[in-house]
Amino acid sequence: MVATYETKSDYKVIGNSPIRHDGVDKVTGRAIYGGDVKAPGLIWGDVLRSPHAHARIKSIDTSAAEAMDGVFAVLTHADFPQADDLTIDAGEGTVNLRRGQSNVMADQKVHYKGHVVAAVAAVDRNTAQVAAQSIKVEYEVLPAISDVDAAMAEGAPQILEGLVGDHLGENVENTNVARVFRHEFGNVDDAFANSDLVIERTVSMSMVHQGYIEPHNATAIWGQDDNLTVWSSTQGSFGVRSQVAGLLHHPESKIKVNYVEIGGGFGGKTVVYLAPIAALLSRKSGGRPVKLVMDRSAVFEATGPAPGGKIRMKIGVNKDGKIQAADTDLILEAGGFPGSAVGAAAICVFACYNLPVSRITGYDVLVNKPKSAAYRAPGSPQASFAIETVIDEICDELGFDKIQFRLDNAAHEGTRRGDGVQFIRVGLEECLVAAKESDHWNTPLGDAPAGKARGRGIASAYWMNGGGKSTCDLMLQDDGTVMLNEGSADIGGTRTSIAMQAAEVLGIPVEDFHPSIPDTDTIGFTGVTGGSRTTYTTGLAAYNAAQKLVVELKSRVADLWETEASNVEFADGTFTANGDSIGIQELAGKLDPTGGPATSTSSVNLAEAGNAYGVQICDLEIDLATGKTDVIRYTAVQDVGKAVHPQYAEGQIQGGVVQGLGWALNEEYFITDDGAMANRSFLDYRMPTSLDMPMIDTIMVEVPNPLHPYGVRGIGEVPICPPLSAAAQAAKEAIGKPFYELPVKPGRILEALND
Amino acid sequence: MTTNSPSKVHVTTTINGQQHELLVPGYMSLLDTLRELIGLTGTKEGCLDGNCGACTVSVDGRIVDSCLVLGAEVNGKNVDTVEGMATPEGLHPLQQAFLEEAALQCGICTPGFLVAAKGLLDNEPSPTEGRIRHWLAGNLCRCTGYDKIVRAVQKVID
Repeated sequence: MVATYETKSDYKVIGNSPIRHDGVDKVTGRAIYGGDVKAPGLIWGDVLRSPHAHARIKSIDTSAAEAMDGVFAVLTHADFPQADDLTIDAGEGTVNLRRGQSNVMADQKVHYKGHVVAAVAAVDRNTAQVAAQSIKVEYEVLPAISDVDAAMAEGAPQILEGLVGDHLGENVENTNVARVFRHEFGNVDDAFANSDLVIERTVSMSMVHQGYIEPHNATAIWGQDDNLTVWSSTQGSFGVRSQVAGLLHHPESKIKVNYVEIGGGFGGKTVVYLAPIAALLSRKSGGRPVKLVMDRSAVFEATGPAPGGKIRMKIGVNKDGKIQAADTDLILEAGGFPGSAVGAAAICVFACYNLPVSRITGYDVLVNKPKSAAYRAPGSPQASFAIETVIDEICDELGFDKIQFRLDNAAHEGTRRGDGVQFIRVGLEECLVAAKESDHWNTPLGDAPAGKARGRGIASAYWMNGGGKSTCDLMLQDDGTVMLNEGSADIGGTRTSIAMQAAEVLGIPVEDFHPSIPDTDTIGFTGVTGGSRTTYTTGLAAYNAAQKLVVELKSRVADLWETEASNVEFADGTFTANGDSIGIQELAGKLDPTGGPATSTSSVNLAEAGNAYGVQICDLEIDLATGKTDVIRYTAVQDVGKAVHPQYAEGQIQGGVVQGLGWALNEEYFITDDGAMANRSFLDYRMPTSLDMPMIDTIMVEVPNPLHPYGVRGIGEVPICPPLSAAAQAAKEAIGKPFYELPVKPGRILEALND
Repeated sequence: MTTNSPSKVHVTTTINGQQHELLVPGYMSLLDTLRELIGLTGTKEGCLDGNCGACTVSVDGRIVDSCLVLGAEVNGKNVDTVEGMATPEGLHPLQQAFLEEAALQCGICTPGFLVAAKGLLDNEPSPTEGRIRHWLAGNLCRCTGYDKIVRAVQKVID
């Protein structure tokens, strides 16, 4: 559904920052996360993981585990029913059921180190761990392919046997490139020939992890009636339901997924890993509840990080400051099974610029690393790093002001995105102007202390945001409060940002709402909390449900006052007709004679989401002796459409920025020659700590989204994108050497300094 | 190693002011002792190797990662967890400040941050921003970028 709205401005609830409804539970330790789930008779599961990155499974001997006291069930791939060769939507990506099943538990081959080979259920966690480790697996070890060059090399061993690649529409056998696709407008070669300056660079980056603090977990009970109950940390209960159903060939109607709080996801908790295993272990254990919690090294080695890879970027520009054409090859790691974020990278890569001629070629490449998954604006950070690196060089080369050049070439309403979609109203130009006028941009860097150097970088980025399906139910209580049920996992205060949109319509204080997130039997289908869709899409469902409730209440008022519903007006929480008036909360206690409780429900399915842009400025200080970087000032400008809850919106931007800075400056999967991740702990995979970061300043620009009654745009994804290039360009300005490889870590800076 | 007949240790400990008498398997961490034996699941598991701080608790006033301490080690000691911060009169000022300053998003790291921040303010009533950032560097948060967490702690100082 695409509807456009006249946006309003005289808000009573929207634009305030009330305390979230689940806040007290979360600061007192009362909130129940997946790992906190208890059930009578609960037993524990654990898994055995492959020590090899690429190997054929010759045999599995589970006899020792089966014989162990306290062990209830042992599971291998042979226990899984055959899954259909069918691809289903997982919210922020798709899952092929047959390959997804092989990813959950290896079939004949292991595709990455940490790939699950077998599982056990036992009386307690420790026994399960010991039993799992007692399973003997014989492997034929195969050469590990650790990067896209090795994967695409002539004669490279095929990781996924039987894979037939789709290369620009041609079927190609014996390949590790699952898909090659292209978006092309005009003739890039002619346009480059007519450009005053053409710069071509190839950048590369390593796999990185979302780094959510809560590890994956799942608890399942397979009842004797084949009804399956699941609790699992997830961005979307319905995604768990559909994946478990498909992977286990079990009817969705017999699966109930209970909502539990989620300790971070960032895209990585859209794919199931443990829930199908817990379910089958429960079935084999006679219906006992089985719980599994992943250890941290497994989270790194065997869940879905963001792809590394390499990107070739070529841009032609004229001396008048107009880009003539751009051409890119996006080559991203899918991991051990097909399906990287390269499709989304292709959508985003040129989206900040108005390009008359462009060509985008995407490659989805298998490597012996975990199957990649969504990570906050999947594909866009990598793409942004590539294009912004070249744009920065163009500005340096031709002496253009870095913001004015972007303004002169900025995408706006009507611009054709690189994949052909035409933009509706977007706010990139407003962001660039805000950046240009910001205190940060207009304040000199200042002199670096002795032994240090400073630089400033700026970068822009894009994310298309998400729509899709969401449901919201409202129930007006006798006391004037409202029970609100909605289906979106709440990772950052969305219970409140959704309730605020219904509160604005009804004129009821948001504190009088009781938002809940029920199980999948109790609320209509709602997609994952991801893609920056929740406050926009589920918020719109809440808005629509509130509008329906007003219509219902008008007819109740008409009953009470013995008039026609068409005579009843509603404004600012008060119904009026023929000189009478009654507040909505007072009316709530008088509904019995009019037919009892007043409720409403709304489901939406939104095809479009309205786009998000961000522009960020990074000041970096580099220690010239050690290469250590310090971010000394950071400003993030973003078009948020309308900030429903400005404080939480700002928090999304700040969090995204810091994840992006980790990606830019420190984080990487460090892969050994045999394909193992060497830094598979939080000690060695070094995410930013409080000590590493400054305060993150934000400037929220509000260019209303025409697709939402309050102008809301998704905000969570785009802020992670600009830091990669903004930090790299700051490092370049500081030491006068460009960085084409991420992360810009101290060792790499020292290499550049000594070069 | 067999685990279904582990030797158990008799432990008498005070948790959030309440005395507990427990038989703790010798291998069991304080984290699992709290979560599995006592049922206090407010203390969270993030990494089990002492690097994320989600399981931070206070033992005799000293901040520890409870995943790195054995349950058997707290015999005779006072353990304080996030569940002990609020009183019948209301939330601890840090808890209130975390709510008002939006210092949590997903909330999984929040109990650890609260216990760690309380450990700081109990000993140093007026730390600088740099001191707060240094003290809290043992607690990872992936959602907030730390800005609002630091501001929440500063709000309690003011």
